[in-house]
Amino acid sequence: MAGPASPPGFLTATLQKAVNWARTRSMWPATFGLACCAIEMMATGASHHDLGRFGMEVFRASPRQADLMIVAGRVSQKMAPVLRQVYDQMPDPKWVISMGACASTGGMFNNYALVQGVDQVVPVDVYVPGCPPGPQSLMHGILTLHDKIRSGEIVR
Amino acid sequence: MSNPPDIVTGETEAPGLGIPGAAPPGTPGDDARRRTHDLWLTGTESPGEMGRFTSEGAQEMLAEEAPPVLAAQMGSLVGDDYAVAVVSGTGDTQIINMGPQHPATHGVLRLHLELEGETIRRAKPIIGYLHTGMEKTAEALTYVQGATNVTRMDYMSPFFNELCFSLAVERLLGIEAPPRAQAIRVLMTELNRVASHLLWIATQGLDVGALSMMLYGWRERELLLAFFEKVTGLRMNHDYIRPGGVAADLPDGWEDDVAAILDEVPRGLADYVALLDANPIFKQRTVGVGVITPEECRAFGVTGPILRAAGVAWDTRRAFPYSGIERYEFEIPVGGAGDTFDRYRVRLEEMRQSLRIVEQAAAAMPRGDYRSDDLKVTPPPRARLDQSMEALIHHFKLFTEGFKVPPGETYQAVESPRGELGMYLVSRGGAKPWRLHVRGPSFAHVQALPVMLADSLVADTVATVASADPVLGDVDR
Repeated sequence: MAGPASPPGFLTATLQKAVNWARTRSMWPATFGLACCAIEMMATGASHHDLGRFGMEVFRASPRQADLMIVAGRVSQKMAPVLRQVYDQMPDPKWVISMGACASTGGMFNNYALVQGVDQVVPVDVYVPGCPPGPQSLMHGILTLHDKIRSGEIVR
Repeated sequence: MSNPPDIVTGETEAPGLGIPGAAPPGTPGDDARRRTHDLWLTGTESPGEMGRFTSEGAQEMLAEEAPPVLAAQMGSLVGDDYAVAVVSGTGDTQIINMGPQHPATHGVLRLHLELEGETIRRAKPIIGYLHTGMEKTAEALTYVQGATNVTRMDYMSPFFNELCFSLAVERLLGIEAPPRAQAIRVLMTELNRVASHLLWIATQGLDVGALSMMLYGWRERELLLAFFEKVTGLRMNHDYIRPGGVAADLPDGWEDDVAAILDEVPRGLADYVALLDANPIFKQRTVGVGVITPEECRAFGVTGPILRAAGVAWDTRRAFPYSGIERYEFEIPVGGAGDTFDRYRVRLEEMRQSLRIVEQAAAAMPRGDYRSDDLKVTPPPRARLDQSMEALIHHFKLFTEGFKVPPGETYQAVESPRGELGMYLVSRGGAKPWRLHVRGPSFAHVQALPVMLADSLVADTVATVASADPVLGDVDR
């Protein structure tokens, strides 16, 4: 790979494009449904909104088979270590979408029980606002992540 | 399941958890075919027997195992499956962990299962993975803001949470919502019951392998969510039912939407019946699975469809009517076997009955105001704010300070899709509750899971947990 200072040559640039294209076209999310947002995540995957259009309908129960974690819902202090463990079990490259106000910032529950933003536990790529975000919002977040991957480098 | 094997009290049993009064297996006094249920019920008051289901024993036993066994159970030692069985040595039981991150636990429920071969001997639910501190948060929010908080508790039935909270506050205030508000409340909550049961039937189908059920269930549910969005502005967590009435009147053309729902959802229900009722796979997975008796339901405080499937015609709407629901005609479906299949049939019929109530509520929707005329509770209309200084001040004070509620305490229950949802509200005369305690139906159902799961097969766990329909937001809050 070319160093960070030099621009990529023809070969590496084409390879990068191809790899990024492949990564966005079959992105498998791990199920990490926690609360209200999980219901909307299910709605996004179910018949009416159909995430299969983006090659993403295969919600994997095992983190070993997933490359995207959609943190859907409020993360309690008790759940945070579990969240981190699931994230660590996912193979690289991996991405995280923080879905909803609670996962992003703690939302309306600024108290002893909740982690005030899941980015304290795992690195987050895209934040989706809403309480809960509708399926359209989640899909917009997913497409934003696709754009981010397509325009980025293979090795982060 | 017929003829479950005897209950074996292994050596690994934590001390003090034996069953006094029960003769050891094999002795003449022992009824060899008694189920764990019966043993528990013979003396429900004895803590030694309660401990069998509720103690932390499973974790203690895990710690007492030999290090190689422990390592194998915790997953840090990965070996041949058969080799692990040899290492365990004792040959009695092994403990496996299910959840909190598991696709079939409906959220973040964690179960410890003590297995003897493929049979579950003990199950222990571990909760708290979604604890949000909502009861404490409720003490920091005014009564005006309170509905926003409680609606996120049982997120599958937000209208019921709001209704319960609003009724409790109204009772302390000594006011009553006007007739139109009450009819709107009945309309929205019963539609919510249908939406919740639709999601339940979708996930129950998914969990026992009927993936198409998932897609069909969501097809009808989207119809209801679209209507909720039109009325309240949100698909979930509406904050629509508030103390004093509802947040806004029904939108123009709501009659057509309700008519479309009343037309399409029964058609969907007929589809489900055709898919599941005589489906041999579905019946094998559900008939006789997760049985709970009426006595056990009472002992654990189980309400709602699980209790009715066990054969008890108990419904909070009949026992303690609210919002004028006693004026509508509906029946309470009752099962008999108390198994997963009966719960399916009861919930299916409940959806039909709820649609019946919706039809009556829509046909006889009274005219008038949609919120109370008590000006201490109801904000002035938007148009008045431009004309009157006092209205502006009043509006500002209502939304910053809130209204004061006279000292007192009350318990209010509604029949949520899962069972009796109750809120115990204590006021000390301020604008915020001094204490709000919630009696969540799912909490009681999760604590009854060990009884439903005892002596069933591992594969039935998923079907049983799904049929109990626990919403972890309701359990942990």
